[in-house]
Amino acid sequence: MKGYIHSVQSLSTVDGPGVRSVVFLSGCPLRCVYCHNPDTWRKEDGTEREAAEVFAQICRFSAYFGEKGGLTVSGGEPLAQAAFVTELFSLCRDQGIGTCLDTAGSIINEHTDRLLKATDLCLLDIKFAAQEDYLRYTGGSLQQVISFLERLQKAGVPVITRHVIVPGINDSEAFIDRLQALLRPFDNIRQNDLLPFRRLCADKYHRLGIPFPLEKTPDCPTATIRSLAAYWSALKK
Amino acid sequence: MTEQWKGFAEGVWQKKIDVRDFIQKNYTPYTGDAKFLCPATERTKSLYARLQSLFDEERARGGVLDIDTETVSSLTAYPPGYLDKDKEIIVGLQTDAPLKRGVNPFGGIRMTRQACEAYGYRLSDKIEEEFRYRTTHNDGVYRVYSEEMRRARKIGALTGLPDAYGRGRIIGDYRRVALYGTARLMDAKKKDKEEISRQDMTAERVQLLEELFRQIDFLGKLTEMAKMYGFDISVPAANAKEAVQWTYFGYLAANKEQNGAAMSLGRVSTFLDIYIERDLKSGVLTEEGAQELMDDFVMKLRMARHLRTPEYNELFGGDPMWITESVGGMGEDGRTLVTKNSYRILQTLYNMGSSPEPNLTILWSRNLPEPFKRFCCRVSCDTDSIQYENDDLMRPIYGDDYGIACCVSAMKIGKQMQFFGARCNLPKLLLLAINGGYDTLSGLTLGPQKEPLQGETLQYDEVCERLDEYRAWLCRLYVNTMNVIHYMHDKYAYEKIQMALHDTNVHRFMAFGVAGLSVLADSLSAIRYASVKPIRDENGYIVDFETEGDFPKFGNDDDRVDAIAVEQFKRMHKELRKTPAYRGAEHTLSALTITSNVMYGKKTGATPDGRKKGEPFAPGANPMHNRERNGALASLNSIAKLPYRYGRDGISNTFSIVPDTLGKNPTERAENLTTILDGYFSKMAHHINVNVLDRQKLIDAFNDPTLYPNLTIRVSGYAVNFHKLSREQQQEVIRRTFHEAL
Repeated sequence: MKGYIHSVQSLSTVDGPGVRSVVFLSGCPLRCVYCHNPDTWRKEDGTEREAAEVFAQICRFSAYFGEKGGLTVSGGEPLAQAAFVTELFSLCRDQGIGTCLDTAGSIINEHTDRLLKATDLCLLDIKFAAQEDYLRYTGGSLQQVISFLERLQKAGVPVITRHVIVPGINDSEAFIDRLQALLRPFDNIRQNDLLPFRRLCADKYHRLGIPFPLEKTPDCPTATIRSLAAYWSALKK
Repeated sequence: MTEQWKGFAEGVWQKKIDVRDFIQKNYTPYTGDAKFLCPATERTKSLYARLQSLFDEERARGGVLDIDTETVSSLTAYPPGYLDKDKEIIVGLQTDAPLKRGVNPFGGIRMTRQACEAYGYRLSDKIEEEFRYRTTHNDGVYRVYSEEMRRARKIGALTGLPDAYGRGRIIGDYRRVALYGTARLMDAKKKDKEEISRQDMTAERVQLLEELFRQIDFLGKLTEMAKMYGFDISVPAANAKEAVQWTYFGYLAANKEQNGAAMSLGRVSTFLDIYIERDLKSGVLTEEGAQELMDDFVMKLRMARHLRTPEYNELFGGDPMWITESVGGMGEDGRTLVTKNSYRILQTLYNMGSSPEPNLTILWSRNLPEPFKRFCCRVSCDTDSIQYENDDLMRPIYGDDYGIACCVSAMKIGKQMQFFGARCNLPKLLLLAINGGYDTLSGLTLGPQKEPLQGETLQYDEVCERLDEYRAWLCRLYVNTMNVIHYMHDKYAYEKIQMALHDTNVHRFMAFGVAGLSVLADSLSAIRYASVKPIRDENGYIVDFETEGDFPKFGNDDDRVDAIAVEQFKRMHKELRKTPAYRGAEHTLSALTITSNVMYGKKTGATPDGRKKGEPFAPGANPMHNRERNGALASLNSIAKLPYRYGRDGISNTFSIVPDTLGKNPTERAENLTTILDGYFSKMAHHINVNVLDRQKLIDAFNDPTLYPNLTIRVSGYAVNFHKLSREQQQEVIRRTFHEAL
């Protein structure tokens, strides 16, 4: 079947373990204030391509993946095109190419379980740890994300959670406390990554003529990430 | 058994000159990690500090510390020189003082004179007088060059031809000096000479016999040179220190005799490991001592210098020597050729800091020990000083005792040599073709004279047909020009000591090259997939282009344009082979530009791909700067498609990647680079230079040279100190693609 593709990046080492290629899909139901890819919001802005054709392109890079690497599908929201991703992942699986889903967990539907069967690893973006924040800054539902995490646990898919730290919004120990409490019941979480908010995307907004909600927010300092990460690992002990 | 060989396993190497057999029978493969390595000793540190201060002084004096203008460089022309006689373990300098350059006018007196003057010196009357009665290589070439050859050279269709300096790219098997001693080597040559004397005296045999006479003569001079330093190298080396010293003497002699463009070392580290292992076992050497030996040896190599003109440096930026040492690889029997000494020679980059020379080249195989792969990749990330070439691709062709000359030219050590042929300018050829043999930059005509292409837009088939016609003309001219150059080089500047360290009957390559392959491919792609409207001057010549619409660009793993690059490369190779090469040499082709991509670009008008007049080409086989849109792996895939069978002289790729894009921390970066290299070479790619750095660092260094005085980067088959490049070359390096994922 066909999917809406924003772009294919042949090399990434930050979207999952090892050397990976990343397929960015178009279309996302969320409108996160710090979104780095506002050009992927609208599905119809993408290029329609067959899963088999995208797979053939990925195969050209598979020699570089080594034991750990593989394909990551990101977005946009890949769950918005779950059936397409399932087909793409299944093709990869047959070829021994590792599959990684980079998602905000914002859509659950009849395709979800089949997709998770073909997923080796999930990078789950949990943006805020309180429902009101989640709604305010993303337009989505935190409960939905937790339900998705439950599906992942049931399907036995290992998860790396990711959290963008934005100065003045969630750069506090209180955020980490809440997150920690939220994630405690899950035994499939392998790792938690804190990512610093970067203003690099502001240009993109300007070019697209979309107002950037965090126009006045500064970059998140590396020191903040380091101290929050230290705080979290202390909590775990 | 010869006393110096005690403890070595026997083999045919004792009966005839056969270094490979000696290595195979005696070396110890090492599959462990880098933990055994030792840091620099206090001695090494203080000696290197002394050398570092000389480097600083050399830079402060505009790049040349001193010149001996009174002496013509040769093996025994200078009294022994030292950096610090008491502290040095390995001795021998090119002249009587460190970094002082000798003059070598055999390639051409004019170039020597100009080089002296460029640095505020004057070539002595004595030498001027002497060379008034001598024919140099350059004199010989110009006696025979046709008008057309001169013109092709003048407008830059053929550039960088070795017609005024030593051709280089010949690797003496310097290990033979250590293993056999010079007396035995002389005997073998005398025997060869006798045997050939008994056959009919054809012109070829007379030439070879005279060459053998000179080889034997110079083996004598080599022995004498070593004696001046207090060593008797007529006998084999008896221990590790002597093995390094003897090998180095061989190399040093070559450098005193020849100012070749590339003076490569070969493949010595695993050979030397055999001596080191023997000494470690018998307890006369410690690991610290072994490292110290290699550090000292490499220190000597870092001191090698030739005197060049500013014009030469404009072409080959950074004062390069291409002291290429090939490290690692696999043996034909499946054992790895990595030894502890493969690690030690890389460790010199930590013990004495990163450095462009020697040009450390890893022969990469999928089967290399994993810890060694990781170590190499760590060294790449830390130093940007090493390059990689595909052993799995070359071993089936050259066996397991080949080395790399210059940047990417493989040859069996001591058994094969090459006639270096610089390169021709492909975009220039395209422009000449569409303008019917008229060069719009110089206003000169060259090649078949025809009408410039007509019509509103350029038609792909028509352009290709024209190009084929002009390619046939240029390739014939190119081969014939090379034939003149190398005939004269053999006649007037023959490499006596390097060829004495070869078998008498060698296989010869004639190595041609192309520059601007990606510009040509993108231009043809634009003509085919977009609409290219030529802009004509008042005489009807095409001087610029208006390109409308998008077109596939080389470097994106897009077969539509990659296939054009492959086809053009293949046709070049096929066309060159039609004209016989001097001395029955085998034609080979490279996609390698060194830093001359800047100069070539300067001499070339605007091209249909949107490149402006005078703008640099991409180096080697690289895609044009910043035209890669699909990330690093797509770029690697495009280059990997160029078939080595048509590019046996090497296909060079210079790859820069931002550290954060390669991985989050040093361990991850080394691991990821390892899998990327495994992937790239599994696609039968030939070569890659790896830089792991941020563009900003280069911009900072460009603006403030004191910030990173030792900044080393890989440019094209070799590494340079960034500050030794011209401003233009520095800017071009900054403009290159730095693979980055946001």
